[in-house]
Amino acid sequence: MRDDRAVVRDALGVGIAVGLSGFAFGVTAAGAGISLAQTCALSLFVFTGASQFALVSALAAGGSPLTAAAGAFFLGFRNAFYGLRLSRLLGLRGGARLAAAHWVIDETSAVALAQRGQHAVRLGFTVTGATLFALWNLTTLLGALGAEALGDTDAWGLDAAGPAAFLALLAPMLRTGVERVTAGLAVVLGLGLLPVLPAGVPVLVAALAAPLVLLVHNGVLPGRRAERGGERKGKEESR
Amino acid sequence: MNVWIAIGATALGCYLVKLLGLSVPAGVLERPLVQRLAALLPVALLAALIAQQTFADQVSLVLDARAAGLGAAAVALVLRAPFLVVVAAAVLVTAGVRALA
Repeated sequence: MRDDRAVVRDALGVGIAVGLSGFAFGVTAAGAGISLAQTCALSLFVFTGASQFALVSALAAGGSPLTAAAGAFFLGFRNAFYGLRLSRLLGLRGGARLAAAHWVIDETSAVALAQRGQHAVRLGFTVTGATLFALWNLTTLLGALGAEALGDTDAWGLDAAGPAAFLALLAPMLRTGVERVTAGLAVVLGLGLLPVLPAGVPVLVAALAAPLVLLVHNGVLPGRRAERGGERKGKEESR
Repeated sequence: MNVWIAIGATALGCYLVKLLGLSVPAGVLERPLVQRLAALLPVALLAALIAQQTFADQVSLVLDARAAGLGAAAVALVLRAPFLVVVAAAVLVTAGVRALA
């Protein structure tokens, strides 16, 4: 079992490093023509970075509100799988679970899932969540204010902040050929359909690259199992 | 108003998805195929978004300073630079290419 201080140190490290990247979001949102109040509302109430970036870029491209929200929603769906793994480890119910749900994202899950025992899991989750939430919202505000002060954000190259942030999120996901083929197919679909479909829709169609590649991959290699199986140990539900 | 509708829908949807994971009985979403799909969806979405934000001008495809910026971000990533350095590299190179053009 690890010392509480080591857990807090890890949690603060992740929370501070990622929390600062709210600057990039604030700048991107302001550059996309989203108001200060709207930008801050996104960081406060959506609080899952990739979905926030996706929403503002879809709106900037002229997508309808619901098409834009759909893309952001699909990007956020991975959080359900973090919650699934955290649920038993955190052992929360009622109001505590409702509150904790808002903080179930990449970073809090990464820190919490690396701990041993309910106390350390809860500590890691809470410290990462609190640090990240406070900093992400503060830097979102500062980034948006800074971009507004600059005026024409495109002249400063700030329209490149969004795709660069996405690339930094995507790069660690491209572990095997399956991910790379999916990304390549999605690029072709996303760009190729741009002239023929309404704004925002090509990205949603490009998402179909994921089930398509999985289907072909599983069809070609039927005996292949998921690489990381055998993690399930607890038989009983914690609720 | 449209923007607020989009924000409200996204906030609600993203929160419910987070809560869903904490609330459903384990096993429902634990099928390997569902898990693999959930891991692969962000790959497809992010790749398409990067391509559009870099090479699209409304509905036409263009090659401009943003491509140079994205290239700089890729180099920074290969050099294992931290997140903010990656973003800063893209911004600086894009601004630099525009200033020279």
